[in-house]
Amino acid sequence: MQRYSGFGLLKHSLSYHENWQRVWRNPQPKKKYDVIIIGGGGHGLATAYYLAKEHGITNVAVLEKGHLGGGNISRNTTIVRSNYLWDESAALYEHSMKLWEGLSQELNYNQMFSQRGVYHTCHTLGDMRTNERLVNANRLKGIPNEMLDAEQLQKEIPALDCSKSARYPVMGASVQRRGGNARHDAVAWGYARAADSLGVDLIQNCEVIDMEINDGKITGVKTKKHGVIKADRVGCVTAGNSGVLAKMAGFELPLESHPLQALVSEPIKPFLDTVVMSNHVHGYMSQSDKGDLVIGAGIDGWVGYGQRGSYSIIEHTIQAIVELFPCTSRVRMNRQWGGIVDTCPDASPVISETPIKNLFFNCGWGTGGFKGTPGSGNVFAHTLAHGKAHPLAEPFSYYRFHTGALIDEHGAAGVAH
Amino acid sequence: MSQKNRLQSGGRIDRSKALTFTYNGRQYKGYQGDTIASALLANGVDIVARSFKYSRPRGIVAAGAEEPNAVLQVGATEATQVPNVRATQQELYDGLVCGATNGWPSVESDMMGLMGKVGGNMMPPGFYYKTFMYPQSMWKTYEKFIRMAAGLGRAPKEVDQDEYDAVNQHCDLMVVGAGPAGLMAALTAARSGARVIIADEQSEFGGHLLSSRERIGGKSAADWVADIVEELASYPDVLMLPRSTVNGYHDHNFLTINENRSDYKGDKAPADQVRQRMHRVRAHWVVLATGAHERPLVYGYNDVPGCMIASAVSTYINRYGVVPGNKLVLMTTNDSAYQTALDWADAGREVVAVVDTRAKAEGDLVEAVRKRGIKVITGSAVIEVSGKKRVSGVTVAAIDAKGDKVVGGAQHMSCDTVASSGGWSPVVHLSCHTGSRPVWREDIFGFVPGPTVQKQLIAGGINGTYALEKVLAEGVEAGREAATRLGLTAADVQLPNVRSLSEGKAMELYHIPHTKPTSRAPKQFVDYQNDVTAAAIELATREGFEAIEHVKRYTAMGFGTDQGKLGNINGMAITAKSVGQTIPETGTTVFRPNYTPIAFGAIAGRNCKELFEPKRFSAMHKWHEENGALYEDVGQWKRPWYFPKAGETMQQSLDRECKAVRESVGILDASTLGKIDIQGKDAREFLARVYTNAWAKLGVGKCRYGLMCKEDGMVFDDGVTSCLGENHFLMTTTTGGAAGVLEWLELYHQTEWPELEVYFTSVTDHWATMTISGPNSRKLLAELTDIDLSNDTFKFMDWREGSVAGVPARVFRISFTGELSFEVNVQANYGLHVWEKLFEHGAKYNLTPYGTETMHILRAEKGFIIAGQDTDGSVTPHDLGMSWCVADSKPFSYIGKRGMMRSDCVRKDRKQMVGLKTKDPKVVLPEGAQAVADPKQPIPMDLLGHVSSSYWSANLNRSIALGFVKGGLERMGETVYYPLADGRVIEAEICSPIFLDPKGERQNV
Amino acid sequence: MLHIYCPHCCELREEEEFHAKGQAHIARPLDPDNCTDAEWGNYVFYRKNPRGLHHEIWYHSTGCRKFFNVTRDTQTYAIKEVYKIGEQPQVVAEG
Repeated sequence: MQRYSGFGLLKHSLSYHENWQRVWRNPQPKKKYDVIIIGGGGHGLATAYYLAKEHGITNVAVLEKGHLGGGNISRNTTIVRSNYLWDESAALYEHSMKLWEGLSQELNYNQMFSQRGVYHTCHTLGDMRTNERLVNANRLKGIPNEMLDAEQLQKEIPALDCSKSARYPVMGASVQRRGGNARHDAVAWGYARAADSLGVDLIQNCEVIDMEINDGKITGVKTKKHGVIKADRVGCVTAGNSGVLAKMAGFELPLESHPLQALVSEPIKPFLDTVVMSNHVHGYMSQSDKGDLVIGAGIDGWVGYGQRGSYSIIEHTIQAIVELFPCTSRVRMNRQWGGIVDTCPDASPVISETPIKNLFFNCGWGTGGFKGTPGSGNVFAHTLAHGKAHPLAEPFSYYRFHTGALIDEHGAAGVAH
Repeated sequence: MSQKNRLQSGGRIDRSKALTFTYNGRQYKGYQGDTIASALLANGVDIVARSFKYSRPRGIVAAGAEEPNAVLQVGATEATQVPNVRATQQELYDGLVCGATNGWPSVESDMMGLMGKVGGNMMPPGFYYKTFMYPQSMWKTYEKFIRMAAGLGRAPKEVDQDEYDAVNQHCDLMVVGAGPAGLMAALTAARSGARVIIADEQSEFGGHLLSSRERIGGKSAADWVADIVEELASYPDVLMLPRSTVNGYHDHNFLTINENRSDYKGDKAPADQVRQRMHRVRAHWVVLATGAHERPLVYGYNDVPGCMIASAVSTYINRYGVVPGNKLVLMTTNDSAYQTALDWADAGREVVAVVDTRAKAEGDLVEAVRKRGIKVITGSAVIEVSGKKRVSGVTVAAIDAKGDKVVGGAQHMSCDTVASSGGWSPVVHLSCHTGSRPVWREDIFGFVPGPTVQKQLIAGGINGTYALEKVLAEGVEAGREAATRLGLTAADVQLPNVRSLSEGKAMELYHIPHTKPTSRAPKQFVDYQNDVTAAAIELATREGFEAIEHVKRYTAMGFGTDQGKLGNINGMAITAKSVGQTIPETGTTVFRPNYTPIAFGAIAGRNCKELFEPKRFSAMHKWHEENGALYEDVGQWKRPWYFPKAGETMQQSLDRECKAVRESVGILDASTLGKIDIQGKDAREFLARVYTNAWAKLGVGKCRYGLMCKEDGMVFDDGVTSCLGENHFLMTTTTGGAAGVLEWLELYHQTEWPELEVYFTSVTDHWATMTISGPNSRKLLAELTDIDLSNDTFKFMDWREGSVAGVPARVFRISFTGELSFEVNVQANYGLHVWEKLFEHGAKYNLTPYGTETMHILRAEKGFIIAGQDTDGSVTPHDLGMSWCVADSKPFSYIGKRGMMRSDCVRKDRKQMVGLKTKDPKVVLPEGAQAVADPKQPIPMDLLGHVSSSYWSANLNRSIALGFVKGGLERMGETVYYPLADGRVIEAEICSPIFLDPKGERQNV
Repeated sequence: MLHIYCPHCCELREEEEFHAKGQAHIARPLDPDNCTDAEWGNYVFYRKNPRGLHHEIWYHSTGCRKFFNVTRDTQTYAIKEVYKIGEQPQVVAEG
């Protein structure tokens, strides 16, 4: 792998940037792999990388129906945090956070991971209680998290309206200072480049149209372009299409696919240096390094695969943002878009074996997928390598919806972004 | 400064209305009818921006929504600042203040430009992914500097004083764009009797006809437009919206139109007017007549001020009477741009040459240009521009027939303006908003709208139709088709006579070759706003970013505020060529709303502050206000939280309120509790299915507490339900849960058990509810009611009908405090009267109003749960220690029963709700504190559960708490520890959650 | 934004008047107590979630408060039919 550095940039500028190597090959698929990963999004590419890097399994193909990193990894609002309520989730997301913290260097690809702080504003006594509970749980689990009162919050975020005149005045906030943003595309590309350099075949424009299953055991997948490709194990990481893939395997998943919308303003001069989320008034915002205000909208209530949702959601979101940040009223919204999120009833993912032997699913990340990318890939790689769940993934079993051992992140965490 | 580029006559400006405006602190003149851009050009202002990455000087390129450079800060005062206003779309008004958004000390001489020159070569696409990584700790510092360069304009620091509103519109036909096609479509539909809305982003209707010198039906284009507009105005069912941008096209023919109501006359809306209005339109049919944007060509240093698109040059001359230079070189791949040479020459300025990339140029316009004696150089291209802050000349060279390489020697020409045209790109944006992919048309080298499920028609430029006579005909055809589809008789509209031009075949060319390879050639800009060059795109594809989305993201092409209206097709073409594919194989990126940016305020409308969400008040709210209540937001309700007296701390108020209830009598406004009237012969059976406990034997006149679960066995609401008649019940719910519970009941009735005869009606707002609680409550109420309140006839958990304070009332003897309590319900409009009467009579008992906080303390003393505070969707009735409220012997398997039996729900070590007594009775546990068995264990600790409710109990003179502990119900008397953030560790004993009167005697007196 | 025909009000109304309630035609087991954990879990949580035609329940929450069924394409969002609770869809997916 060609190493990136400031010096390298200088060197290449002298040769008019004509000699940069490809970031990844475009290989033809082999007939058989040890592991096939369906889905070349962030989680799939991370899985491939950790399989090769940590488990020495390099005879791996990632089959992507479009282009690498073309799913939700490129459509999210880039928030990273690990302040989840339940022990199981906090452990998984904190595992991810620790990986984020050295990821640029590990991948030699700048993830622009910026720990600018994630604030959850509280607008009711209930919000305060919920956040206190969260902060205490996190702290004792080794995930620093703290409460601020409204006065302190106002000092840290001048643009936020902490006055009493708001419809739901801000009473305080919890802040995870290690939370922040990362550059979404860099995550996909960084993992892809690193995985490719370890020998993983990244096959783009390769749609999986069926699965080869015999006696309850998967032996390969059928692709539109390259016919059947055999594999000992198959991992399915196809957010937004998990249900479609499950149908091929002949089972249903405990999830539904919904549109989740986001929007950005035009780029403006520095306005907000942190991530602010309000579950109560339903809006959250950060500002990108380019100056765009990046805003998350709510989830549409119906199943939708169209990568677009309803305008009323955008209206409510903008209302929330103007309510929280009144000085944005004259800032202009540039663009909106939608992703497809697979949401489980308990707002926690499924990282699990399935009713089909040797077929594993990693899905249902809902609105939490981006921040979970490194951790998800890491534990799923372990799961695929060992044929059984990584200890951190065990609670996220497909079967928890039978036993009732749910990890309910909506109850206390509101809209889990 | 004189308007040196202003023509003496012509154009649609009003020379009798001179306007003064300020740009970058300097005053200029313009006329009514100008845009900022036309006025700046008239005044000879060349530089309007510094580019984002390289800080290169940039000038005005276009005349409309596609302008990438002239993006200004507008606003005379702090509160009226608007960032990123496109100068080509902002109408000039007297006193307008604007400025460039970047450049230090000024946009004319920017220090960063130096950096761009020196460091520019170090900034290929994605350079930031490749550096700033080491050491890890330095990224924060690097980023600080990167962020300093962020953004174009700035947000105001003061709050917007203007208002915005929204209007819902319904129409038969929505016509987007009022150019020749749109006008004809609207006219045809209107004549056919359709209800029509026609909207256009420009200040007046006419589209490109406003800058055209064509004649239509023997009239000037402008007069023809005026006649059509006059006729449209005569139809009462036609709504015409100029200055109105259709910014989004959503599913099921829902469109949003952002109408500019006042930005064209000032930065602050006049009193009593809104600044902008959103029209939320449902249209039966839509005609998109959005026209086309001219594509610039991509050539060396094509960003030097003075490089423009050809049609924009014509627009400035014909519409605004402004010639943006003195000596023009025009480069084109097609015939239509020759009109610009004619316009320029007619304005009396010099056309140095027309450089046509085609080997052969023929066609009526070409001939007209030749006849004027203008030099036409064929088979050639402008390969490079010279000049720094303004074009000073061009290098022209012969190119091969495909336009791939330079084949002839170069010649230099001196000029100050370069107009280019690479053909036209249909404005397909809106058609893509609903998920339809555009399709490539080889014959026009452009994308047109693809198949769609929307009821959408297209006409004119968007359809790749550019000849005026055909555009008019398509407009009529679209209008007729819409009318027919609407079930109307389509009117005949005669097409006016227009000049028919013969045109030579255009050449497909996007990227002009240079003598040097692209990587070494002078920068050839594709996306001006984001400084994306042809070399950058080629580099991206060399590195493996071959999908168009990859190229877009890696280079940032199309991510600007112009969303790539000028550059995207050129970028796709360069990508396609670079990876050896056709353009349709390469595909297009997806256009999303908004078409052009829209103020947040306009989208939010009036729904902020007071109207962000409605506030709900009880009938006694006036009294609460007068008596100094502080409020708690519960759902949309404003509930009294507590009633402080002068000089009291919150705790003192609560202590006083709590004691008053236990010692004498207090009163709570409980009107906000959800109330659902349930009737029908199967009402009782229905209750038994949705509650966990038994309902079969509840007699008329009796009340019962019930728990409600979802199918997973988790508690989601609770409340008291009373039997009003054999087939008639009144259910109460939590304040926040009311709507959800009603929906839940309806869901099960309508979809699962429609055979049950039962009806639900929300009566929450119909009743005012006041809870009188305390040992003196009976005495007090007895003074005002005809109901026999004696313990023998009116027992605990009974209800009675009668009169209270002279009005009909239902009185429920139920208790959430554990005291003798009566809940008085009267018709809501009598509420205040009864409440005041109670206070008149209550003075002698020291009747004390209490709020939600005291109510919470009093119930916690009794160990009663609050659904939503002590539950979180993960607790079963058994977890709450409320197995007494679960009747598994009921014949029907009620909702939640099976869920509670799942293997995980019957584990012994589940988190269970218990009481908690701190070892030090003066210490109150913070709510949310987490229990551990051993506070000395290392982090991460093993957490046992959290404190859900915790208070100082004045009555018990100690702290009390409810909380969850793993296996807690079996651990009575054990000690748990709560390590707090401030380092304290609070020790507490697990106990029964009932702290006061465990036998329940006080409520039974 | 969806425009939904309420079969009870017999009018097209804005989506904002409705709540989506998920997959239709999931019958509550008649004898829950004798379902296995897996059977019960499947009923409560597991869904078809199709990319294409979806039969789903909607609630006219700020209108007539009636539930009804909708057949909708989850990719184009086109509504193919609405029908009352207890009725069967006329438009069904192939295969």
